[in-house]
Amino acid sequence: MDYLYFPGCTLYTKAKNFDQTARTCSRLLGFELKELTNWTCCGATFPLATDNVMALLPPTRILANAKEEGAVLTTLCAICFNVIKRTNRVIQGDEEKRNKINAFIEKNYQGDLRILHYLEILKKEIGFPQLKGKVKKNLSGLKAAAYYGCMLLRPFDEMEFDDKERPTIFEDFLEALGARAVDFPFKIECCGSFQSVGSPDVATECAYKILGSAMKNGAEVIVSTCPLCTFNIDHKQTDIKQKHLDFKTIPVLYFTQILGLAMGVEAETLGFEQNAVDPLPLLKEKGLL
Amino acid sequence: MGMALEKVRDDARGLSREAFVKKALVIGGGIAGISSSIDLGNAGYDVLLVEKLPSIGGRMLQLSETFPTLDCAQCTLTPKTVETGQHPHIKLLTYSEVDEVTGKAGDFRVRIRRKAAYVDWTKCTGCGLCQQKCPSKNPSEFDRGMGMAKAIYTLSPQAVPNKPVINAAMCRYLKEGKCRVCEKVCPVGAIDYEQKDAYVEERVGAIVVASGFDLMPQERFGEYGQGTIPDVIDGLSFERLNSASGPTTGEIRRPSDGKIPKEVVFIQCTGSRDPERYLPYCSRVCCMYTAKHARLYKHKVHDGQAYIFYMDIRSTGKGYEEFIQQGMEEEGILYLRGRVARMYRDGDKVVVWGVDTLTGKKVEVSADMVVLATALTPQREAKELARKLGIRADEYGFITEAHRKLRPVETDVEGIFVAGCAQGPKDIADAVAHANAAASKVQGLFAKHRNDKSVGG
Repeated sequence: MDYLYFPGCTLYTKAKNFDQTARTCSRLLGFELKELTNWTCCGATFPLATDNVMALLPPTRILANAKEEGAVLTTLCAICFNVIKRTNRVIQGDEEKRNKINAFIEKNYQGDLRILHYLEILKKEIGFPQLKGKVKKNLSGLKAAAYYGCMLLRPFDEMEFDDKERPTIFEDFLEALGARAVDFPFKIECCGSFQSVGSPDVATECAYKILGSAMKNGAEVIVSTCPLCTFNIDHKQTDIKQKHLDFKTIPVLYFTQILGLAMGVEAETLGFEQNAVDPLPLLKEKGLL
Repeated sequence: MGMALEKVRDDARGLSREAFVKKALVIGGGIAGISSSIDLGNAGYDVLLVEKLPSIGGRMLQLSETFPTLDCAQCTLTPKTVETGQHPHIKLLTYSEVDEVTGKAGDFRVRIRRKAAYVDWTKCTGCGLCQQKCPSKNPSEFDRGMGMAKAIYTLSPQAVPNKPVINAAMCRYLKEGKCRVCEKVCPVGAIDYEQKDAYVEERVGAIVVASGFDLMPQERFGEYGQGTIPDVIDGLSFERLNSASGPTTGEIRRPSDGKIPKEVVFIQCTGSRDPERYLPYCSRVCCMYTAKHARLYKHKVHDGQAYIFYMDIRSTGKGYEEFIQQGMEEEGILYLRGRVARMYRDGDKVVVWGVDTLTGKKVEVSADMVVLATALTPQREAKELARKLGIRADEYGFITEAHRKLRPVETDVEGIFVAGCAQGPKDIADAVAHANAAASKVQGLFAKHRNDKSVGG
């Protein structure tokens, strides 16, 4: 089956490795990501003010255009997923907003697209046991910590992604690849998000705690689903090191990179050069490259 | 059974079908059910007391000390359970459940399922040899999984009746077909592996529902570790830890490694007063029992620190506020007004993230043990029981009284009354008062029919 695919802006720039590996893996798993012919930025934040209808326009336009091309839409970036899924709910359930927005963007979208995160495709459509069967290079011996961040899960009743406080889909995914999933208490804590722009110290502290907790619990690598999280917990490690002298760096991979690795994709096409902390020494040490 | 057949049977026994049976069924052998039963028995009426566990005493038997007097729960309760067991007007049907109820006030027909105990209680002398020799040890439900119980067990050494039952899920013989140790050691041959559930039918004139309460399971609280952190326990578990008959013989030792915890965090309103996520109502007893826990902890661990996270302190009973004040002022218990957002295990500590709303500061405590005052809920079977009895229960399963203020122990059905926590969360004093009230309502009903041809009592 093919899925409509909304990459989002970051996956065309800073997170090309996320995009490329997702496309490669989908082909190996027998499905195609059909990129939307016409897409824009999702808006990057779901509006918290209930009367801020303007902020719902870009995601609704994306959804309306997508509806003309198919029935199931997938995306990778946790923030895009959050905005798209929540907007879809608003359009489904709020008649007044639906009419207002449709009138403005000159569409007639009813909120009837099915929105799936790429991880949900792996779990619900492919199935983790089947995924396990397609693994070419078992990741056994690799201790990987699944970092969820906030956006995949919250708000719980709108995202309906996994258990509120103790999600396991990401760990189940890693175990299917043969890795040892490391549970750690900070896996659903905030990475600092946009604070890295205005108050970088706040974000650095968040990342320091997350990474420290993962390493304390034995993680050798952290796996992420979000370009912004990755910016905070991967690219900011140089800043953390300057502030905390005891800090040791740890590689951070997108979940599609680790999936690609397990599917036997050539290292050259896994986009490791875009990762801030070089994962190659670890992967070589573990005999995975 | 068809009505005609019933009539023939009644006629044969010389009973008028119009006779008002002056005998009561009490469902639940906790402090409420016991109180109602003793009152009715003392008034001269026959009582049938049905309890689903092997012996009576209920939740109170699990408690260590009780507020606000800090007297030993078992010492106050045991005379009552013994009195109930020996009362000439009270018939105990323990390890039994109400299966079906038909009829009306003065003439209820009740079918009761006596669960297979695999022990012939008429032969058993309660010597306890079988429990000593049984090779199968399992986490004890009575001790909240912290202590061990044998597959053939009584709930406590002072159990009333002092007759054991076999836990079929744990018994080696019943599971694997090998063992029969209890049968070999029993001096009177009371073990009966072939025993099946049996049904008894009874006629009663009134029913008191005293099915009690349960605690909201810790597994519901993902933010508090979902029951996976061994040193995060609930209030009843703390009672067992602090009880002289408990798994640590009354020493406060945490479950994970048996160490004496030096920093203990108590969290009130876990699941209560949280309409968005859990239950909207107040469980009424947690403010007091948490204060009691913290004080008892301080009495045993003098250099320990107790923290209590609370939303409000509701101490409306007689002597209750004084009890709280004493804990705050004389025993150095640290009260923090705010809720706890999360906790997680860090090494051998439990890190607790909360907030002190009075200073507006976030609080992080690295605790050795955490005690959750989880919400009181009705027993799981309460809704089903209400359905069998044809009475109403609210959305949680608490039995609905006929009038919130003026008829607090009656139900919508004449002849059926409610006592104790089955109606809503209550402390012991209130549960007993409620049960006394239910018993007098039953007596009033029976007295109204004093000139009817009497059956039973």
